[in-house]
Amino acid sequence: MSSETKQILTTDGIPLEISLKKAERKNKIKAFLLVAPLLLFLIITYIFPIGEMFTRSIDDKMITNMLPKTFKSMETWDGKELPSEEVFASFLSDFKILVEKKEHGKLAQRLNKEKNGFNTITKKLFRQVKRNKIDETQSIKEQIMKVHKRWRNVEYWQAIKRTAPPYTSAKYLKAMDMYLNEDNKITQVSEDRRIHRILWLRTVEVAFFVTVFCFLMGYPIAHLLATLPMKYSNLLMICVLLPFWTSLLVRTASWMILLQQQGVVNDFFVLIGLVSDDNRPEMMYNKVGTYVAMTQILLPFMVLPLYSVMKTISPSLMRAGKSLGGTPFVAFWKVYFPLTIPGIGAGCLLVFILAIGYYITPALVGGASGTLISNQIAYHMKTTLDWSFASAMGLMLLGGVLVIYWLYNKLVGVDNIKLG
Amino acid sequence: MALPKYTETRYRIWHYFYIAICTFVFIFLIAPLFVIFPLSFNAEEFLVFSEGMKNLDPDAFSLRWYKDMVYGTKNPWGLAAKNSFIIAIFATLGSVILGTVAALGLSSRHMPFKGIIMATLISPMIVPLIISGVAIFFFMAKAGLAATHTGIILAHIILGTPFVVITVTATLSGFDHSVTRAAASLGSNPVNTFMKVTLPLILPGVISGGLFAFVTSFDEVVVVLFLAGLENTTIPIQMWTGLREQLSPTILAVATCLIVLSTLILISAELLRRRSERLRGINR
Repeated sequence: MSSETKQILTTDGIPLEISLKKAERKNKIKAFLLVAPLLLFLIITYIFPIGEMFTRSIDDKMITNMLPKTFKSMETWDGKELPSEEVFASFLSDFKILVEKKEHGKLAQRLNKEKNGFNTITKKLFRQVKRNKIDETQSIKEQIMKVHKRWRNVEYWQAIKRTAPPYTSAKYLKAMDMYLNEDNKITQVSEDRRIHRILWLRTVEVAFFVTVFCFLMGYPIAHLLATLPMKYSNLLMICVLLPFWTSLLVRTASWMILLQQQGVVNDFFVLIGLVSDDNRPEMMYNKVGTYVAMTQILLPFMVLPLYSVMKTISPSLMRAGKSLGGTPFVAFWKVYFPLTIPGIGAGCLLVFILAIGYYITPALVGGASGTLISNQIAYHMKTTLDWSFASAMGLMLLGGVLVIYWLYNKLVGVDNIKLG
Repeated sequence: MALPKYTETRYRIWHYFYIAICTFVFIFLIAPLFVIFPLSFNAEEFLVFSEGMKNLDPDAFSLRWYKDMVYGTKNPWGLAAKNSFIIAIFATLGSVILGTVAALGLSSRHMPFKGIIMATLISPMIVPLIISGVAIFFFMAKAGLAATHTGIILAHIILGTPFVVITVTATLSGFDHSVTRAAASLGSNPVNTFMKVTLPLILPGVISGGLFAFVTSFDEVVVVLFLAGLENTTIPIQMWTGLREQLSPTILAVATCLIVLSTLILISAELLRRRSERLRGINR
């Protein structure tokens, strides 16, 4: 019929469809404008800087800019024999500029990281240059080779060539206790120097076990809170919420007092005769301390999501299960437990994400065997000032967390996070 | 939780076992907070219960460490408390304003790319603090805001907004939009509608988000450790240095004050939550 194909017009004579779309677009823009200030703020102050961490972690431009001529002339060098006179000459001219700018120390430092022994020979070359001992009318190659025998060693020139690209994956490899060897192959560092892999494994291990402990302790009390009458459960809820709202440092401090050798926990163990008075166990500055303190601190994050899910489960379901012949255990396992799985997922992922990036508590009660990867990041940020290495490790950790976050989003949805 | 009379013995045993486990967990959760109270009144310098304290000898207790906290020579707590409150108050204001406005947009059904934008806005809560600390430090150093109050306040706004966004969107999810349409049809402009109609209804959510933001800022130490200079020291920073170097009873006095503060915050948060549920018509 013709009336169906005819467009419906608004009073202004504009087709209704277009008019609606226009109104829709207006609403979209309005909604977006409300979000824009915060989004913009976060992108500038937070998302971009995280991106900057990435460029910083792979950045190796410093040396590329220090030796521009050398790297240019090295392009034709096959890297097997000693390089030609031309390479030596351009290296010397680059080096002279660095000496003028007083940056030769930086160069030596960077090269020494690539291959041990550069410090000495760069210093020797510096002295020769400073005293104008190098005669540019004669063969520069011969003269540099005379400065130190290592300048005659092709391995050192190969090391310089390896630093040519402006980007490097060295920091990421270092975080995995690996490095690129002379043939550009990924190699593992010697056994006694593998410290980072231990830290990664320990971080995952601690996060995993803390999650398990939190689940084992959180599930029963969430169940109790959800099934008790309101007036009792509200009172008991304070036991969960008060630690939740209390300063992290206060809770860590109280664990330091409880767990110390003359502390309350040890006193109690002595009192019940578990250990003798002169043989009190060390419970702090090791993994035990980290586990105990972190479990207590993160437990509310497990209990609250579990509680909010359990609260919605009707008690009549369990009664129905029992009346159909199930024993209480069967009714629990077949009826109640499956219904709580969304809460378990939410709680476990939340605790795991929080635990894997933990820093303060392990640093205070962890001692040497309880420190985690976050402590290493902080150490490189504040003490060694190797910011690119700290960035690399931070981004690796972030990668892991984002995978879990994505999983969390799939399973639970970020907008379903409940607080309090 | 009384058991019916016909319960079999093994279930009876299991039930008492379950109660015992729950009791243990509750003690595990709450007891550490109560150790601090008596020890902060210790007359001696050691962090263990002295013989006098065990016998409840009044001479073993004193307000010595509280006096030291307030009047002690060269003590950092006054400056730290002042800084902490200034930073937390401004950070809360910033988070609440930015977060509430963003939540209004996010709750609109017309909002494009809702999922990814929500994930971005919440990310500071999910990303480990140490990484946030590094990233924010790079930004602040470049912007010349490291070791300034402004820098720390901005950093805490970043960390605080996710909480406001979450609580306010949750409050708005039960919001009846016909009231704003009614206001509009009665001739109110959008700003007026928001101030007179929407805001009073979502206020409990806004305030409880604000409380989260306040506590986050007040308790935050990782990011401040990267950003703060000597002038910007805060209570958590002082506690952190104190705990690293030597555990002095003065720290316990401060900790006791903080527990009292968190109790007050807990009470207000609970009252707000109940009020919000009443307003949204959720009955439990």
